[in-house]
Parts: sequence; structure tokens; C-alpha cells
Amino acid sequence: MQMPPPDPSVLSRRQAIIDALNAALPDAVIQDPAETRAYECDALSAYRCAPLAVVLPRSTDEVSRLLRLCHDLRVPVVPRGAGTSLAGGSMPTADAVVIGLSRMTDVLEISAPDRLVRVQAGRTNLSVSGAVEGLGFFYAPDPSSQLACAIGGNIAMNSGGAHCLKYGVTTNNLLGVTLVLMDGSVVELGGPMGEGPGLDLLGVVCGSEGQLGIVTEATLRILPRPAGARPALIGFDKAETAGACVAAIIRAGIIPVAIEFMDSPCIKATEAFAHAGYPDCEALLIVEVEGTPPEIDEQLALIRDIARRFDPVEFRESGSDDESRRIWLGRKSAFGAMGQMGDYICLDGTIPVTALPRVLAGIGELSRQYGLAVANVFHAGDGNMHPLIIYDANAPGDLDRAEDLGADILRLCVEVGGCLTGEHGVGIEKRDLMSVQFDPADLEAQMRVKDAFDPHWLLNAAKVFPLDVSAPRRDRRLNRTADAA
Amino acid sequence: MRPETEGQLADLIRRATAPLSITGGGTRPWPGEGGGTPLDMTALTGVTLYEPESLTLVVRAGTPLETVRQTLAAEGQMLAFEPVGRDGSTIGGVAATNASGPRRVQAGAARDAMIGVRFVDGQGEVIRNGGRVMKNVTGYDLVKLMAGSRGRLGALSEISFRTAPLPPVTATLALPDLDAAAAIPALSDALGGPFDVSGAAWLPGQGALIRLEGLAASVKARAADLGARLAPHGRVRQGDDAAWHLLHENIQDSDADIWRITCRPSEAPAILSHLPEPISLDWGGALIHVRLPAGQIPDLPRFSGHARRIAGAAPALRPAADPLTARLEQDLQARFDPRGIFGGQV
Repeated sequence: MQMPPPDPSVLSRRQAIIDALNAALPDAVIQDPAETRAYECDALSAYRCAPLAVVLPRSTDEVSRLLRLCHDLRVPVVPRGAGTSLAGGSMPTADAVVIGLSRMTDVLEISAPDRLVRVQAGRTNLSVSGAVEGLGFFYAPDPSSQLACAIGGNIAMNSGGAHCLKYGVTTNNLLGVTLVLMDGSVVELGGPMGEGPGLDLLGVVCGSEGQLGIVTEATLRILPRPAGARPALIGFDKAETAGACVAAIIRAGIIPVAIEFMDSPCIKATEAFAHAGYPDCEALLIVEVEGTPPEIDEQLALIRDIARRFDPVEFRESGSDDESRRIWLGRKSAFGAMGQMGDYICLDGTIPVTALPRVLAGIGELSRQYGLAVANVFHAGDGNMHPLIIYDANAPGDLDRAEDLGADILRLCVEVGGCLTGEHGVGIEKRDLMSVQFDPADLEAQMRVKDAFDPHWLLNAAKVFPLDVSAPRRDRRLNRTADAA
Repeated sequence: MRPETEGQLADLIRRATAPLSITGGGTRPWPGEGGGTPLDMTALTGVTLYEPESLTLVVRAGTPLETVRQTLAAEGQMLAFEPVGRDGSTIGGVAATNASGPRRVQAGAARDAMIGVRFVDGQGEVIRNGGRVMKNVTGYDLVKLMAGSRGRLGALSEISFRTAPLPPVTATLALPDLDAAAAIPALSDALGGPFDVSGAAWLPGQGALIRLEGLAASVKARAADLGARLAPHGRVRQGDDAAWHLLHENIQDSDADIWRITCRPSEAPAILSHLPEPISLDWGGALIHVRLPAGQIPDLPRFSGHARRIAGAAPALRPAADPLTARLEQDLQARFDPRGIFGGQV
């Protein structure tokens, strides 16, 4: 993984830039190298680089002042929510100022009649639901990191989670944002139904990985909490049968709130770790449905009938909160359990559900070729796979081999009609694979959007697009930097 | 000009020297649109891929909306956003105008069901974005940018949709005694509880209408609970399921001016107090359609949405975007269509 070399004309002005930041926002700037180290990576911790400085503003106005300053000085900026990106989306470069949103956590407005909440973008995902639960509402997108991750980061990555099959991802639950552009100008996007009067700029800002502007406030759709939820666990003696059962459930017109899949390596690791009492089988599904008790009964009865057609090893329907907790226990401990087996890389490809058998077989074959174990746990309803590649970080060459295997698995996902990332984002991690999924014209069209929002390519510029593809635009910026200096 | 393939479409656009006006079935033209040479999309038809078990449909833009409906219904599925069209509407027109019906309150708009596009930009270049899987954060989401863009950035040639199961049972509750303003709190109450409401509207003579859909026992149970919850608002009785089709049907076919206003539901009563009785309310009060005398501009209090004239003889009245948004839109338009080929679009 390469990053472009830092801009020497920025590095040579380091002290002057820090002085200017301090003058603009006293008590918000972190410059001591011992302290900026805390910002040298995000949750993709294999790659690290301390930034030039970190600034922690408290308001949209402060973000605007900072960006205008960095714009005028031609200093690159890396936006950061809570730093939970798994794709390196908020990893800094040595010539960049990190603008962190961790002090911007206020709830600005709650409206039950309008079914919305407006928050500052540094607020964590789970605490948005916390703010509205007294009124019987919740915020639907539920990334696994929801306890820690910030709404601003969720918007940057268009985050999803286990419940997205029913409720959609961030973009489907976002009504508006306050966005600060790189030149410091502030724009409101969206509207009461997430709809502005013209082009859907909100739609393209969501998922643009902090490259078009910094979102400082967000208006989010909130939903009434369902009366209840109940899972069933279904074990199978073949992974293909589990895949076929998922297709049959959806085909029957049932959209459960979640359908989770675990394969045998994952079940074994989880059992040794969490003792959830899962059956010894090749694959299992956890299917959760929502509603009032009669609604849940009606849906689970249909799912039971469908599952029986596939001759399951076990069908276990939860009858109590405690049983529900135990059914989810193994799934929720899966990533921790894998950590006990060794170091791992967690992939994030999405495939059409119909390609599941072919892709699982292909992953098995690649795993044997590379001599590295792969365990699968994923959101089966929407085809978002998370193959975990187990390797030994201390064995020379193992990480490289694991990365090569990961790239081959993602190529397979694209080959069957899927995509490189379903919910983690491209960041630096999958940046150089983008040309596998997109033609030059497709990438060019995306970069035109960045040109319109950030003409000098100062915001998070070495992410998302393969370095060779974005080089002419980034070089243009470097030439301008020389002028500014 | 009536291209039959994406290649022909790209060729026509590449060779164009004057503005083109992309047309399908005239789904939702606005006054003043359609100034250029017609580029008729209705020959670019066909379902490219349909996998009911993946909830995925890929279809060429000129395909009639009715064909799409029938294809999906044959497999017990639908487009969840309840596309609002007219006779002859194409799926491309639905996508390009983000034409979404009552179920938007539950399932989102056309843009939320759109998961992939292919389009031809103003230079005749074919561009792909998104794909055929419902979860995809690979690169920028140009699918949303194209949804509702009314052909300003390119001509859609193919669209992928997420499909949804057709609900087996529908029930409509009506509060017939409520006028438009009094309907809003009732609709908000219905949408604010755990009833999974799939439509919340108001029609003259019918009052507030609330729709529930799903499995039989579930609909019955929810209807009973919801009826009890709504009782304080007035008389609740069984409503007419057919009323949902009346809400948006051919709303643009009018000699008078029709205004479309989107707002927060809580703002709707104040807005309504400045207007004659509306044609309809939808989306829990967030969408108001009202007929005004030709040329009259409504004098509305400040609110968080926008008002736009969508039918009438005079050219379209667009709300003035703030200067920054306008600059971004013009800049994007110039980058996707540097020669102004789609300049005829509003």
C-alpha cells in the first residue's frame, strides 16, 4: 500500500501553518508529535502516519474558518469522525491537517411529528437512538461499530449494518446535511423528505468518503421502534443449502429484519470462544423478524415451513428474551472469536445472493491455494460478505499473502456481478482495486464531481481513486501549492 | 431521433450539435421543459436481468412502466416506491423524475430503490455507476445524482432497481371528517407509532387515509391497534383502497397552475392556512398539491422545504436555489455536459 509523498512545500511551512491554525482557533489545535500520534491511523491500523497537526473545532463556523485557512494556504485536510474506518478513510498524511469532529456531539433538534432528529456530526450512531428512544423512536442504520462511530463518518462511508435488509443504509435515512466546502463556504443540502429543489447533491455527498466537504450537522430520519423482535436459528449440513434457503425466504415475500450467515470455521471458532450452544453443522442462518407477538408468530411460522423443505440439521425458534440473546451471542462474538485464532483481515465484498454457492466454493479454493484459512460470517439477505482471512502478523510475508488473497476474493465478487465494498468504503484499502470494477470513463465521471466540490483536490485526496488515475489532478494541486508558497 | 441501442444513443449524442430534449412517455414534464430536438427513448427497451430471489431488476430506460409492473407482478413483486406514472410512462422517466408514490413514507423514493445506472453524458461517453447489488459503497453514488436529475447530466440508458415483495393484504383506515389541516396531527400520530404505515394521505371528500399492508393476521392486528390510537382525532372507518391511485394520477394535466409543495408535516397546517383547499396531501403532510389561478404565486410563511409550479401555461417557476447550491449544480452540469446538449432541460 503506497501513499503519495508529502508535499515538501507544505512540510517546509509547518510552523507557519500551525501558527495560523492557533491564531484562528486557540485551544483547538494539537501539534505536539506525542499527541498527534493518537491520530496516526484509524481502525485499519496496519497503516499509520502522523499528521502535520490536528484541530478539534466546536461548531460549523469554526470548521468553516479552518477550511478557508487551509484552502488559502493550500494545505491538505483529512476529515475525521471517530476514527473507526476499516478502510483507512481517515488515515492522515504527513502534510495534512486532521479536522476531527469529536467535540461536536450536540443534539440540535428532535421532532416527533416530523420524525427527525438533527445532530452535530461528531455524535455517535448509538447515542442518536439514545436521544430519541424516550419518544419511542430509533435511528435505523446500525454499523457494528455503532457504540463508537460518528454520524459524520457514517455519512462519509454510507454505513450500514445487520438491519439494512429492511431499513436501508445511511443514504436511505438521511434527510439533510450542513456541509462545509473546502473553501470554507457552508451549504445546506436536502429537505423535509431528503429532497432539495434541484439535483440530489445530498445523495452524492453521502458515501463520498470525506472528499467533497466536511459534514458538520445532519438531519436524520427516525423510525418508531417496533413492538418486538425474535430470531430463529437454522443449521444446515451444506453451505449451498443455507444459501438456497435464504433465496427461498426472500422469494416467499418475507423480508426479515436480518438474515445472518456463518460457515463452519466461523461456528467452530465461535463455539470455542463464546459457548453459545450452536449446532455442529456446515452453515447456519440467524433470521430475525419484528412486530407484535402475533405478527412475529405469523412470520416465523412461514419461515419454519420454508426451512423444513431444506431438511435443516436444526431449527431453533426463540421463545424468550434469554433464548434470543443466546442465538445472537455467537454471531455477536464472531469477530472476537476470530481474533483468538490469529490476526485477520476482514473483507467487505457484496455479491448477488444467487452467486453465493459459487463464491463460497471459489473462496474455499483460493484459501487452499494461498494456504491461509478463511472464515465467513455475513449479512446473507443483502449479499454483503465479510470473509475473514486468518494470518500470522509475525510470520514474514504472511500479511502480503493475506492481502493478495483478499484482493483475489474481491475480484471474484466483482466477476459474479458484485462489488468491492458493501459498507466499509474504499479508503486506501481498496483504492487500487477500483479499476477492477470501473472503466476509466466511470472513474472520470466520479472525479468530475470532486472537481466541482474541491477543485484543488485538498480534501482526503489520496483515497478512493487509484493513485495513478488521480495523479494528474493531485499534481495540478501540487503545482498550485508551489504558487501559494 | 429514436435510438434502439445504448451505442446508437451514445452516437447520436456525440454527433449532436444543438440541444436535445430527452423524452420517454412524458411522465412528469414541467412547464418550459423540452425545448430541444426530441430524443425519443421509447425504443431502448427490455429487461436485462431479473432475479426475484436477489430482489434485483435491471431494465433499459425506455421500457414502459406498465411492462415493468407486469414483469414484477408475475413473480409476486413490485417497485416499493410505488412509481407514479401515466399511460405510456417509461421507467427511465420515472427514474429521471424520482417519481415516487404514497409508499415513500415507508419504503423511500425512487432514488432509494435505484441501485445502479448506465447513462450517456453530454460528450457521448457511456458511464456506469452502482451495479446490481443493494449494498454498495464502491466509489461515489452517482446513481442518486442521476435520480430526479431530469436529464440535466446525461441520458439514462439502463437502471437497476431493488424490488420488494407485493404485500398480500392491504387495509385502509379513513378519518372522513377531517379537513386537510386537521388531518396532519392524525397522520403524524399514525406514522409515529409501531404500525408500519405504508401510506398517509388526505383527499377532498375522503379525509385522512392511512394504509397498512402485509400478512393477513398482522394487518388485522395493526389496524385494530391503530384505530384505537386514532380515535381521539375523530370517527375512524374502513377506507377505500382504490383511493391511493387517485393521489397522483395525472396531476400535471391541468389548465390551471398546480403547485407542489414539500415541507415538514409540522409546517403543513400553517402553509395550508395560506392556500385554498388542496388537491391532495401525501407523505404524512410533507407533500401538498394545490391548484391556484394562473399566474398566482402563493404567499407562504417561511418553511424548510420548497414550492414549485409543476403545471400551467407559463414557464416553470423554480425556487431560486441558494447561490452556492446553484454554483455547484451549474459546475456539475458543465462537467457532464460541456457543450450544453442537455441545456433544453430545466
